[in-house]
Amino acid sequence: MNREEIYGKLKELMVDKLGVDEDKIKENSHIIDDLGADSLDVVEFAMGIEDEFNVPKIPQDDIEQLTTVNSILDYIEDKTK
Amino acid sequence: MTRRVVITGLGVVSPIGIGKQNYWDSLVSGKSGITQISKFPLEGFASKIAGEISNFNPEDYGFSRKDIRRMDLISIFAVIAANEAMEDANIVITDPYRAGVMVSSGIGGITTFEIQHSNLIERGPTRVSPFFIPMMIQNTTPGEISIRFNLKGPNFSIASACASSTHAIGESFETIRRNDADIMVTGGAEAAITEMAVAGFSSMRALSTRNDEPEKASRPFDRERDGFVIAEGSGVIILEELEHAIKRDAKIYAEVTGYGATADAYHITAPCTSGLGSAKAMEFALNKAGISINDIDYINAHGTSTPLNDKIETTAIKTLFKEHAYKLAVNSTKSMTGHLLGAAGGAEAIATVLQIQNKILHPTINYTTKDPECDLDYVPNKARNFEIKNAISNSLGFGGHNASIVISKYE
Repeated sequence: MNREEIYGKLKELMVDKLGVDEDKIKENSHIIDDLGADSLDVVEFAMGIEDEFNVPKIPQDDIEQLTTVNSILDYIEDKTK
Repeated sequence: MTRRVVITGLGVVSPIGIGKQNYWDSLVSGKSGITQISKFPLEGFASKIAGEISNFNPEDYGFSRKDIRRMDLISIFAVIAANEAMEDANIVITDPYRAGVMVSSGIGGITTFEIQHSNLIERGPTRVSPFFIPMMIQNTTPGEISIRFNLKGPNFSIASACASSTHAIGESFETIRRNDADIMVTGGAEAAITEMAVAGFSSMRALSTRNDEPEKASRPFDRERDGFVIAEGSGVIILEELEHAIKRDAKIYAEVTGYGATADAYHITAPCTSGLGSAKAMEFALNKAGISINDIDYINAHGTSTPLNDKIETTAIKTLFKEHAYKLAVNSTKSMTGHLLGAAGGAEAIATVLQIQNKILHPTINYTTKDPECDLDYVPNKARNFEIKNAISNSLGFGGHNASIVISKYE
């Protein structure tokens, strides 16, 4: 999957799990500050990423680093290489 | 001087209508809200009927997709009812610490529990949602309401099964009387038409199995009654200290004047055959209201349509009221709504208030065959013009809990 495809699927996941409108999502969006997620949303969103992209369980330390759409895209790209 | 407590707002989500006007129209016309269950496959279930909130889409009530993902149906029903009640009361909260919420449930977020338990079994512990606990515990419902309306006073829920919301109203009344708040948003909500709940109540032999005639299944005090019909929804009222209500020129529906609570201390599910526990709860409520048995002209019965409840509740009424028991009117809102469990007392307090206000008694529907052990005036099948000065609303819960409140015409 290339970055474009990952981004497309990630947007769908964010619409579903974070309840945001798709047009609000930008690559530099901060998922807490810009997209209104709280700590519980972030955990559920991480579970969604694991399921959707078939990546191994995301450690808590990594979850805390994944604050922007860009950083999440990098992470998924890296884990699905 | 004792602080008086009045009712200034009503909100209801019920199987016979969402919103107090729809609810009242159905109550007066004797409409049943019972149908075949649509929520899950019915194969193997002894009872296949319920009072569902049908054709219901939370988005129509302003809930976002995110709200819907994070809220059990209990909280959704409760917020809709609270919203209606707050708008009805037309309150502007000036001191949030003087406004509390006590909205109860008998069961809690069992829909959420079942979904997440399936996740655990099928996909393992790391797939249990972080929203599982907050959606499942019943006290997040008053929490949710506090956030939406900025109410920072006393906030919790009470669990006493089917007596939960009458306890909540009674305790909210006391909270205002003892000057811990001026406004209380109170009542109950329930959303337990699920496979586990229906299976569990069925195993207790508590549910009606009149599956061929859903609308006739809830028949309180009728000889052919065979169990209660599970239902869902919410009933929320606004209680307000009288001077607070007068000062802001609020519309006053009625006054809560008494509250009594007892335990049977007898059996975890069966009511004590003497009916004394319930009789005492009513007596204590009358004492608190400072009125005598002859002052009561109407009782909104718990009236579940189980063989035991209706017989014992009748005994309880006769034990306390003696000859006057035959002069007062008794009806069961559940004949139409089914049994809203922990929300029943809220919905029935609203039914009581609307009957006081409209000077009409709603009927107990499906009353066809007299039971020699239930020989009071149950307002069978047809609404009746009737002026209520003092009413009792009863709720009894598994666990042996009895709660009664007195609702009086405001004057």
